[in-house]
Amino acid sequence: MTEFFSSDLWTIYGLPFAFMMAHIGAIIGVVLLFVAYYTYFERKVMGAMQRRQGPNTVGPFGLLQPIADGIKLLSKETIVPTQSNGPVFVIAPMLLFTLALIAWAVIPVNAKWVLADINVGILYLFAVSSMGVYGVIMAGWASNSKYAFLGGLRSASQMVSYEVSMGLVIVCVLLCVGTLNLSEIITADRPTWVQILLFPMLIVFLISILAETNRAPFDLPEGESEITGGFMVEYSAMTFALFFLGEYANMILMSAMTVVLFLGGWLPPFGIEALAIVPGVIWFVLKTLLVMFFFIWTRATFPRYRYDQLMRLGWKIFLPFTLFYVVLVSGLLVYFDALP
Amino acid sequence: MVHSVHTEEVIEVSAQTQIKPMTMNFGPQHPAAHGVLRLVLEMEGEIVERSDPHIGLLHRGTEKLIEHKTYTQAIPYFDRLDYVAPMNQEHAFALGVEKLLGITPPRRAQYIRVLFCELGRILNHILNITTFALDVGAITPALWGFEEREKGMRFYDAVCGARLHANYFRPGGVAMDMPAGLAEEMLEWTESCPKTLDDLETLLTDNRIFKQRTVDIGVASTEEALDWGFTGPMLRGSDVAWDLRKSQPYDVYEEMNFDVPVGKTGDCYARYLVRVAEMRESLKIMRQCLKSMPDGPVKVNDYKVSPPPRAEMKDSMEALIHHFKLYTEGYHVPAGETYTAVEAPKGEFGVYLVADGTNKPYRCHIRAPGFAHLQALDFISKGHMLADVVSNIGSMDIVFGEIDR
Repeated sequence: MTEFFSSDLWTIYGLPFAFMMAHIGAIIGVVLLFVAYYTYFERKVMGAMQRRQGPNTVGPFGLLQPIADGIKLLSKETIVPTQSNGPVFVIAPMLLFTLALIAWAVIPVNAKWVLADINVGILYLFAVSSMGVYGVIMAGWASNSKYAFLGGLRSASQMVSYEVSMGLVIVCVLLCVGTLNLSEIITADRPTWVQILLFPMLIVFLISILAETNRAPFDLPEGESEITGGFMVEYSAMTFALFFLGEYANMILMSAMTVVLFLGGWLPPFGIEALAIVPGVIWFVLKTLLVMFFFIWTRATFPRYRYDQLMRLGWKIFLPFTLFYVVLVSGLLVYFDALP
Repeated sequence: MVHSVHTEEVIEVSAQTQIKPMTMNFGPQHPAAHGVLRLVLEMEGEIVERSDPHIGLLHRGTEKLIEHKTYTQAIPYFDRLDYVAPMNQEHAFALGVEKLLGITPPRRAQYIRVLFCELGRILNHILNITTFALDVGAITPALWGFEEREKGMRFYDAVCGARLHANYFRPGGVAMDMPAGLAEEMLEWTESCPKTLDDLETLLTDNRIFKQRTVDIGVASTEEALDWGFTGPMLRGSDVAWDLRKSQPYDVYEEMNFDVPVGKTGDCYARYLVRVAEMRESLKIMRQCLKSMPDGPVKVNDYKVSPPPRAEMKDSMEALIHHFKLYTEGYHVPAGETYTAVEAPKGEFGVYLVADGTNKPYRCHIRAPGFAHLQALDFISKGHMLADVVSNIGSMDIVFGEIDR
């Protein structure tokens, strides 16, 4: 055994592999912890907004509630409807959940704190988040239920429409920073006028991520009062839990993406040097929490859009606006000779 | 059942391809079905071509049961019709029996009845607009509204001992007087309630998404509203200033100073606005009632109809006999018939009573406003999307207790 640990095979391949596995394990662990407590956070914040308590019984301040929920969902029976397409039905939530997790590989939470510092990080992120729609379509189709089917249809068109404008928003940012690497996007030098220029894009991006993650006011694929839970209607126990975890992991991912693209990642806010004594990862988490709070806040405030209104907003308002903005940003950058 | 098996309509895409519209069962186990509505929707994609409400899942045979009960025993059944505003229904029955008996309740009783009817209207409308908001996807109004509603329910509790099924009005007055201090508490509440209504309005009235979801949705023109027998806020939302409290006042409504809000457009949004405005008017009426409520008895002084006080029964043989007769046989109502309607929160709630001189009604037909409104669902939803059907149901304010009876 000792021979193996001193062999080249171990030092060249084994050790980095073990290190990478530990790294992945740590990321998944932390993300799942955040997902669990995001549900708690959401219920508490919504509780406060709706003048009620939120969870307060399991553990001190209800802090063990997410764990209790998890145990409950794990210990229940997974029901696969007889008329459904079994394998697809079971694979769908797994796919959604896996995709929500693997995207975290490229998110830099601090300088050099990133699993895969690839050059086209943003493309990878965008590709992975677009794949999520497959999970939803598969679930909607395989359930063989009219409600689930409608949910799947809605979600497919919704995610596709909003990805277009989201892509154009990202193009705007990329034009200003001149790189596709997420760490470099954060550290790239952005003059104040560029930041002001990008502010409308932040708004569009925030609205688009709501639609991308199927959250209120764009939660049509679930549409509780219309299609009673949409694509999730036939799911129970762990398959449901995977959807749920996937959705929340996606929300956190999208929040992190906003932080990376617009809010300066791990850098202290507003470029105040004195705040740099606080570790960067803390700033990253705080900024992500801010965007996560935004998700909850909108959910507590707004009614739901209708399907056609959602499409109109995506194709007739956001798409022309972002397209115009790409031209504007590139034009200005060329004119002021500020291309990176 | 004429429509139980209807013709198979097909949509022609081309000469070779024809598509049958998707039939979707909406309810009875559906979060937006407001109870046990079963809708059979025929849809082309998300567009609803036809919606067919199936009712009867909450049928309890109320009318028949009433025929086999004395007049006093009939009152609790009225609580269970529209269980969101129980006292308003009791009011219709009490007024009807009073008309047949030819008695008038004392002034204080009339004031109390008007007071609690208006409270019922507010409770009903809070429930309706908040669940309507829930139907279009806003969660918070429901929780804010229900907190306020709970405060109102406390007054129900204080006056009759039950939050929901009051059984408080009687032919000839009310069961008992209001407890001491309740009037002051209620007056205080009428001052604090508008704050909650304002809060609710900030979330909904000017909200762009809420307006997009309700304006021009489920439009019923004035003619259609009249043709389909709309009443209450549904009719007033379609620009008809018709309110039984104004047009044929009962109890002390003619002494009350209030306006009848009217909507112009006849869509879901107009109905919502009418209900919000009505709540403010109801608060006005409640305040007037509380301020000008006289002292005095709360039921008629006729022991043939209303029970004698407990104290009197201890030393008056007559009173004891009256009490015994009232609670075993009940009172006899002279033969005759009446249709008595009140402006219940949901619309015109009518009771058609036929008395044959015995202690039980020969027939008691109940006209529930929701029944007439539900018929209109098909035409106001035609061509709209699935989500609009949900908001239409929400804006109709239907409660299956009264529709299925």
